[in-house]
Parts: sequence; structure tokens; C-alpha cells
Amino acid sequence: MKAPVTWIRELVDLPDGVTTDDLARRLTALGLKLEAIERPGHDLTGPLVLGRVLTAEPEPQKNGKTINWCSVDVGDANGTGEPQGIVCGAHNFGPGDLVVVVLPGAVLPGGFAIAARKTYGHVSAGMICSASELGLPDGFGGSSDGIVVLPADAGEPGDDAFGVLPLRDEVIEFEINPDRAYALSLRGVAREAALAFDAPYADPVDRPVPAADGAGHPVVVDDPDGCPVFVTRVVSGFDPTATSPAWLQRRLQLAGMRPISLAVDVSNYVMLELGQPNHCYDADTLTGAIRVRRATAGEKLTTLDGVVRSLDAADLLIADGSGPIGIAGVMGGEATEISASTSRIVVEAAHFDPVTVFRSQKRHKLGSEASKRFERGVDPLLPLVAADRVAQLLVELGGGTVEPGTTYVGEPPAAPTIVAPADLPARISGIAIDDATTVAHLEAVGCAVTEDGTTLSVVPPSWRPDLTEPFDLVEEVVRIVGYDQVPSVLPAPGAGRGLTREQRLRRRVGRTLAGAGCVEVVSFPFTGAAALDALEIPADDERRRTVALANPLSSQEPEYTTTLLPGILAAAARNVGRGAPGVALFETGTVAFATDVAAPLLGVDRRPTDAELDALLAAVPFQPQHLAVVLGGVREPAGPWGPGRDAGWADVVEVVRGLATELGATLRVENAELAPWHPGRCARLLVVGADGTETAVGHAGELHPRIVTAHGLPARTSVAELDLDALLAATPSTPRGPSFSTYPVAKEDVALVVDVSVPAADVEAALCEGAGELLESVRLFDVYTGEGIDEGRKSLAFALRFRAVDRTLGEGEAAAARDEAVALASQRTGAVQR
Amino acid sequence: MSGPNNEYDPVQVTPLNAEEVAAARDAALAAVEAAADLEQLKQARLDHAGDRSPLALANREIGALPPQARKEAGQRVGQARGAINQALKARQEVLEAAHEEQMLVVETVDVTLPVDRHPRGARHPLTTGAERIADVFVAMGWEVAEGPVIEAEWLNFDALNLGPDHPARTMQDTFWTSPAENHVVLRTHTSPVQARSMLTRTPPIYVVCPGRVFRTDEYDATHSPMFHQVEGLAIDEGITMAHLKGTLDHFATAMFGEGITTRFRPSYFPFTEPSAEVDLVCFVCRGTAVNEDGDTCRTCRGEGWIEWGGCGVVNPRVLVACGVDPERYTGFAFGMGIDRTLMFRHGVEDLRGFFEGDVRFTTAFGTEI
Repeated sequence: MKAPVTWIRELVDLPDGVTTDDLARRLTALGLKLEAIERPGHDLTGPLVLGRVLTAEPEPQKNGKTINWCSVDVGDANGTGEPQGIVCGAHNFGPGDLVVVVLPGAVLPGGFAIAARKTYGHVSAGMICSASELGLPDGFGGSSDGIVVLPADAGEPGDDAFGVLPLRDEVIEFEINPDRAYALSLRGVAREAALAFDAPYADPVDRPVPAADGAGHPVVVDDPDGCPVFVTRVVSGFDPTATSPAWLQRRLQLAGMRPISLAVDVSNYVMLELGQPNHCYDADTLTGAIRVRRATAGEKLTTLDGVVRSLDAADLLIADGSGPIGIAGVMGGEATEISASTSRIVVEAAHFDPVTVFRSQKRHKLGSEASKRFERGVDPLLPLVAADRVAQLLVELGGGTVEPGTTYVGEPPAAPTIVAPADLPARISGIAIDDATTVAHLEAVGCAVTEDGTTLSVVPPSWRPDLTEPFDLVEEVVRIVGYDQVPSVLPAPGAGRGLTREQRLRRRVGRTLAGAGCVEVVSFPFTGAAALDALEIPADDERRRTVALANPLSSQEPEYTTTLLPGILAAAARNVGRGAPGVALFETGTVAFATDVAAPLLGVDRRPTDAELDALLAAVPFQPQHLAVVLGGVREPAGPWGPGRDAGWADVVEVVRGLATELGATLRVENAELAPWHPGRCARLLVVGADGTETAVGHAGELHPRIVTAHGLPARTSVAELDLDALLAATPSTPRGPSFSTYPVAKEDVALVVDVSVPAADVEAALCEGAGELLESVRLFDVYTGEGIDEGRKSLAFALRFRAVDRTLGEGEAAAARDEAVALASQRTGAVQR
Repeated sequence: MSGPNNEYDPVQVTPLNAEEVAAARDAALAAVEAAADLEQLKQARLDHAGDRSPLALANREIGALPPQARKEAGQRVGQARGAINQALKARQEVLEAAHEEQMLVVETVDVTLPVDRHPRGARHPLTTGAERIADVFVAMGWEVAEGPVIEAEWLNFDALNLGPDHPARTMQDTFWTSPAENHVVLRTHTSPVQARSMLTRTPPIYVVCPGRVFRTDEYDATHSPMFHQVEGLAIDEGITMAHLKGTLDHFATAMFGEGITTRFRPSYFPFTEPSAEVDLVCFVCRGTAVNEDGDTCRTCRGEGWIEWGGCGVVNPRVLVACGVDPERYTGFAFGMGIDRTLMFRHGVEDLRGFFEGDVRFTTAFGTEI
């Protein structure tokens, strides 16, 4: 809402010395938030004077243009009293016209300094001004495009133009919250200004209006719920050629609206002044009575913006004998609009149901100045006075007469009575506010208050439909007392339980991965078929079960992702593209798997039952937290210590294993095949629980080379993706203090030859099981193929450590255990000791 | 008791001859002194203090001397050998020290050589920032509540007094999941976690909820379809706006330093009544609106205050929908943008830095902020 300060001051008598900045600050403190202060015309400095054109000689030029060489009487303003010689390119004026002249030394908006200069063979000492040069609206004061020609009686040559024209003003732009629709008018802004400074306020609504007699244009309201009040007045004998006066155009311009024609400008002016949207029809285009009714499906209306609208049965219409002529509270129809020949005008001012207007506006994507006000709530007592104000202004500025009849159909909705404890504002705000102050402040905003002991019965004013509940009154009282009066007191919650186990573990995950050299990224979770195709994820894969968005920002990414890989790989490629020799990234984030269950529509007048809540939550997709890691390119740079090393499958498996160790989880790794991983370099990761049950938590390994290339990543880029929730859930919560033997260790090494296809983990598992409880640890320390080993076989060298808890191992005990281990490995995996 | 030396050739030094003993001693001392390194000293020790050295041999002869001569000879030879051993020890220490000195010189390296074989990792500032905020509240006895980002429309809107026709729904440009009839949205704020907390906990409730939220905003330097909020909710008997102010003042001070407090301006949110916008004393100019050079403060653009978030007293309608008795309990709630908070706390100019994944951005924040 843009409010010109001169207009505000017309309605409220502000104390001396109150500046626009003061005003804006105090109104912000009351809840009308300052967006910006504009100071139009303040970058325009004189001398700027009125001048009468004495002569204007057209002089054709070689470039095809014709200029006017003018002499202009500017009185004594130029210091000599002699006519001023000025070259002017415009032609909409002539000798005798009163114009605005800017003399050398002046500066026009935009820092354009005026000086006498030689042009077209003359010395042009100044400029005859157009509207846009002065920052005024086009067509200002009825001048057609070009030079501003003032009425002959506007002043004398040499008069200071600042005193004649509304060149300078200040405009405060407010952000109006949805609950303060009344402030979408100068009436409302001025009322708040009066409240802020305790200043005298003249409500522009307080004016005599004729009684309703039903003799205006006939109206039938079929839907009083949608349209509680409808008023018409009629103006006849209106001069369709009359133009809006300069002050009206200027005010509309400053308020952010474009002057169009006198009838439209008056309509908009009254809307800005009072907050009541209204409409002017060309009476001669109306067919019979105006009817307010719901649309029937299939009806069409061409709105003022020239668009044909297919109407919905829920749209509330203004119609006449010809059919729809407007969508109630949203926009009028083209067929009945005021034209350049309209002389009889039907003025409409009505009150419409906010929800009905909101839905129509949304349905037709047709937000307008009218709908903005109606959907937030307009004072229902306004239609009669607003219609009269429009009619009177039309006649005052455009001639003709207001016909005596006034049609008033309906009944304004009654204001509610709010019963509230008098001490509620004090109790809720924590400020010491006595009851008398509460009553005084409620009355200051326009409420009628009746006190009954400690209880107040409050009837809000007609312009405050937002006030319906006791807590609404609290805000009114507290904002006047001042939000800055709220004391600062810390509440005293009981002892808290701190972070949950999962919250603590998630922090550890992040620290561990950062410790492993990985940098965390945060990606958008939007994806699409193309991204999943690029990862070669099969059509029947679980990861295709994305949650589709009804209104995605990008048609390329219309879904919520099931995997973090598209995002983190894009980030990896971005880093590589920006010159990083290697990347090590991780990301934790929510993924989602679609659930095609509709949520029930629940009320809000009570807590849903547990069954209703269960049904509601069943519609919410499954959303586990995932963890992704990507390692690509240089993992260890070359340096004085030796050659560097690129990341590969082992690095990412190491990172994941290290994370599991840090979390205290036992991780088992097995070979697997899954897109987008390299089919021979993909590990499935399983967490082994205390009871031996295994939970698959994800995969790690090298990306398929084709996918590496397609994503522009370094060769052998390796990734992991884990279900973090599953990993954390399978992590033991309380580590046990260890007990360990201090007897000497016995070491035994074995080399076992197996087929290359046998996983080392299987051999190791067999060794562990076969070695029995004396085995302390086993570690694979070499894998060998080549000379001495048959083709298709490999030698795995393991270091076994044995130790007893209660004694030093005797001669041969470790060797016997080793033999048991080898025997079981042979049986299980066909291993042969080398 | 040693016997006469019969195995070796005539002794070079006779123990009775004081001059010979002195000469042997002097020769030994000279040799020790002349030893330039530990190797030469070893040789000198062998030559002059070893088993076959003149004085060692002379020593053996002492036993063969007449008893009356033994004492004097023994003293003479013993003193000479003592002097030599002392010299050897002293020389040994000198040469060892020199050797050690020499080794340190030889082993000198250029410690300015790069040693960073393992590039550093880092955690994302949005993660560590949310943790830091959570820690402020956990220290006050609050708990951290969480909820899903894809949320039932009822929890995101209706339960928070944003009915289907509430104009405020249009202010929050919502991503709807398809089909829209399922009434599931990407949450537009962290406030549904408020509703979930009230539905699943029993008052008193003091929870803070950091998390991701989504709106259909085009992506630019100050807007993103995904951003982060932190929501706070307190439900207890006798909660007032003063408690809200106290909590936010403490939060501001904990995040931005002593003297950085908040102010309230009246505002409107469907889920709170009364509602307020909360501003923060500009922590750069500390409310003075000018920077060190006397120019307009860039962080607050000369306002002295920074818009921080929204807050208010929980609307009793929300309490009713979420099963909290509005006659017994009151509450307050607040919400701030984490991204925005970090942007002005750390001077980040472009919101997109958070989401591009450029490691140079993230690494600057380390593992804690």
C-alpha cells in the first residue's frame, strides 16, 4: 500500500514537527510495516516557473524534424523580464498557452542539469516541460502526450511552478499484513496515524448519505451469503470527454495506480480513499436488473483485461439480462465497461464474502486491487457511502447529476461480541497493563467495550472483521502499549534430556567423515527420469518409486529423489569442472519413497483421534535419512613424500568401514551387483547385530565406467550410499568395557590358495570359526597371483594371533588351532595351504 | 694376584723407573688429546690403556717386585693409569658431544616442505549452524524435535490455523505432491513439527526444530526453493510474551555476542496471536547504523537492526487442534531462517554458495561454527 503523505495529512491533523520518517517509524511500531519511502519531485530543483508562450515558429530541419523556435514570457523569473528563447520539439501547444518552463540552473529528475545551449541554430535558454520530464503521469491535467499545458487561470508567467503543480510529495509504502485489510486505504492508514500520535482524525466516511429507497438501478441478490450488501447509484448527463484533474491523476500515480479515464480514476480514488472496491457500468449497455448469482458451469465472460474466462459453478457473478457482466469482487466485464461515449453510469458498491472472492481469484489466477481487499475483509458498512462518494465525485468532475434513487439490497453482517477477561492482555503479554488502559486502547481502535466486573464484552468496529477472538484483542492492546514494553524473562523449563541418541550419532557421522577428508555438501532433492536413467537404474528398481511433485519448478526435475547420488555427483562434477584435482564429498539428507495413500481431511475444532492421526500419517511418504560419499580423482597428492594416488573402490569402502568402526557397528561386506556401480567392484554393506542378525544398509564401490564418463567424473570415481537410519538403528547403544588377556601372544601366518572367485571375506570367516576361541585376531596381509600359483587361483596370506585369557599358550597349542582354522577354510572354500 | 709376565717380550716400562712411567703416561695423554674422532680415540685407548699397553704391562710387573718396592711402584703406575683413564673419559665425552652435534647437522631437513598428504574434510555450515543453535537451546533444557520434510497438508496448514481458504496460504508458495488429492506437501516451514510435538508430547513442551523447508521460489542470490528454518515452541502454564522475548534475547546473545538483543514489531501469522516480527541489533555496527569508517553499515543498510524472523503467542486455535488445553496452557513459538542467519553472521553474500557444493565454500567453515 502506497500512501502519499499529503493525503494522509488531509485526513489526520498530525502534530507540528512530525516528519515522514517519524510517521513511518511510529506506524511500523503499530504494525504497518514500512517498506520504503519515496520522495518524488525532491530530485527536481528550480528555477521552474510558469510561462506564457508568445510565439512559436515551426522550423523544418534537415533531419526531417520540425522544431518550434519559441519565445516565452516568464515574467521576471529570468532576471531580465525579457521573453525567453527556447527551442521545443513538441507540437501540442501554441502561442497563448500557459506552460511550465525550466530555466538554466535547474536540475530535472535523474540529475539532468539545464543550461542555455546552442541547438538548431538558436541559443535555447531552458526547456518547456512535458509531464514525464517533471515526473508527472502521462496525460497529466488533460494534456495529450507532450508538453503540459495548464489551464489559463492556473497562474501568471513567472510564478513558481512548485506552488502550482503537485510536483513534490512523500509516499510511504507499507507492507500490510492480511489481518489489517482496513489499512489498504487512506482512511485506515490515517486512522493508525491518529492512533500513533493521538491526533485529531476526520473519518471520511462521516458524511451524510441519502437513505436507501430502492430507486437506483434495480438489483436482485440470489446469494445473500456470497453478497450480503449491494448498492447502486446512477449518474446521468456525465461528460464522457471530461478528463481527470491534475490532483486526482497525481494522487493515483503516487499511490501506484495508472490514471485511465475520469470514471475509472474516480472509482479507483474512492477505493484508495475508503478501501471499498466499486465498479462503474455504462448504464446503456446493461440489460435489465443486475442479478448477483452463482455461475452455471460453461458460462463465459470476457473480463476487462480482454481475456475470455470459463466460469465455475462456484464463481459468484454479477449478471444482467445478457448474462455475466463481472466476477464478483474480482473483475468486471468488458461489454459493460465505461467507454469514451458513456454518459449514464451505474455505480456499484457491494460487500462480498471473502472466501468466495478468494476462491474465484485463485481459480482464475486473477488477483486484482479489488480482490486483494475483499478477500482480506472490507468494512461491510461502506457500500452506501462509497457509492455516494463515487457518484458525487463523478458529477463534481465530469458534470451531470446524481439521480436521486439509491438501491440498497441486503443486510451487513453483524459484528460479533467478544467476551474476554479484562486482564488477558496483561496475562498474555507479561506487561503490567491495568484494566482501564485495556479498555481505553480497545476503544481507541474503535471497539465498543462494556465492562462487567473482570470481564469485558467487546464489539469490534465494522472495519475490523479480523477481530473475532479474545487473543485478537490482546494484540490490539499490546501494540498500542508498545511491543517494546514487553519485558525479557527466561522461562524455566524442567531439566531436559539433551540430544537423542540418533541426534548425537548423526553428529559423529559428520565429524568422522570430515576426519576422513570428506567435505559435506547440501544438494536440492529434486530429480527426474533423466537423472535416474543416467545412473542406469532399472525401471523396476525401488529407487524409481519417487514422489512426484504436482507443481515442480523444473520439468527436468519433477520428483523428490529416492537417492542422494544425482545431487552429490553433480556437486562432484562441479568441483572437478572448477579445477579440483580430486573430490571427496559426503551428504546426508532425506530421500522419499512414494506412498499412494490419500490423507483424510480432518477438522481443527478438536485433536484428531489416534485412528485419524494414523490415517493422516499413513499418507506421508517413507522418508529415511541417507548418507552418500563420493571419492574421485586425486585422493593423495604427489609430493616430496612420493607419488600421489587416485581414489578407487577401496577408499570408499575404507571410509564406510571406518565410519562403522567409529559408530561401534560391526560391518560385513559382500560382493554385489547394483546400478550405478561397476558390476565387479560393488560391495553390499551389512550391519551385524549383537544377536547375529544382519541388516543391509547400503552399497559402496566404484561407479560403472560408463556412468563415470557420462557424469564427467574422474576415472574410477567411487561412491557409497547408505540408509543412515538403518545404520544408526543397528549401532549398539552402550559399549561394554573390554577385558583382555595380558599373557603373551602367539603368531601364526598361513598362506591359502583359493579360486580367484572366492571372496577373501569368506576365507577369513572360515578361519575365524575354525580357529576357535584362542584366536585373537586375523588379518589378511597379502594377496598373490603369478608364478607358483595356478592360473585362476590366488594366494591369500593371513596373520593369525592367538592368546588365552588365563595362561600362556603351551607348545603346539597355537599351531593346532591354526590347523583347525585351515581345515575349515579348506572345507568351506577349497583352500589349499601353500 | 698376577704373576710375572713371562709371555711377553721385555717390558717397555719398568714400574720402578719413574721417568719411564711418566713418559708412557705423557705419550698416552698426548695420543688421547690428539684423537680427532671417536675412532681415533678408540685406537688410543687400545694403544695406551688396553691390556697390552705399556702401563698395563708394567702393572703386571709390580707383583714381581720386592715387597718394599711394590707400594711406590703401585702408586706410580696407578696414578699414571688413572690420569690416562680420566683423559680418555673426558675426551670421550667431548668427542661424543661433537659427534651428536654433527649428526644433528647431517639430519637437518627443510621443515617447510609440504606434508599435507591428506586433504582436510569439512562439515557444512548449515549442519554445524543448526547444531550450534540446538546446543543453545539444549543448554536451557529444551529438546530437539524433528519431523518429515514431505508432510501431510493438515499438519503443514490446517492444524496451524491456515484453513484451506486462508489468504496466507497463497503467501507460501507450496510444492504439492502428485496427486494433489492426497493432500501431501513439501513442508513450507518447520511449523508442522510444532503440531507434531503437541500431538505426541505432554506439556510442558520446550522444543526447537531445525530443518529443511521448501517453497516454489526461483533460485537466486537471496531466494531458494529449499532453505532451512529453526522453529521453537514452548507450551507451559503461564507462558507470556515476556518469556518469548527473554528466550530470543538469550538466543541472539548466544549466537551473536553480548549486547545483541531483539525487538518486536507487530505482525501477523495465522498460528500466533499476538504475532511479532523479531529484529536483531545489527551485530556489525551494534545498532549504531554506521561502520568503523563512519559510512552506512552495509550489513543492516543503516537500519541498526536486522530482520531475523517471526514469532508470537501460540494461537489458542492451534492448541485446540493439537489437543492442548487452551484454558490451562499458553505457549509461544518462533521461526528463523538458518541460511539467512548464517549469511549475515558470516558475511555470505550469495545464498547459492550453500547449495553449490563447492568445497572451497564449505572448507572455510571447518567442522564447527
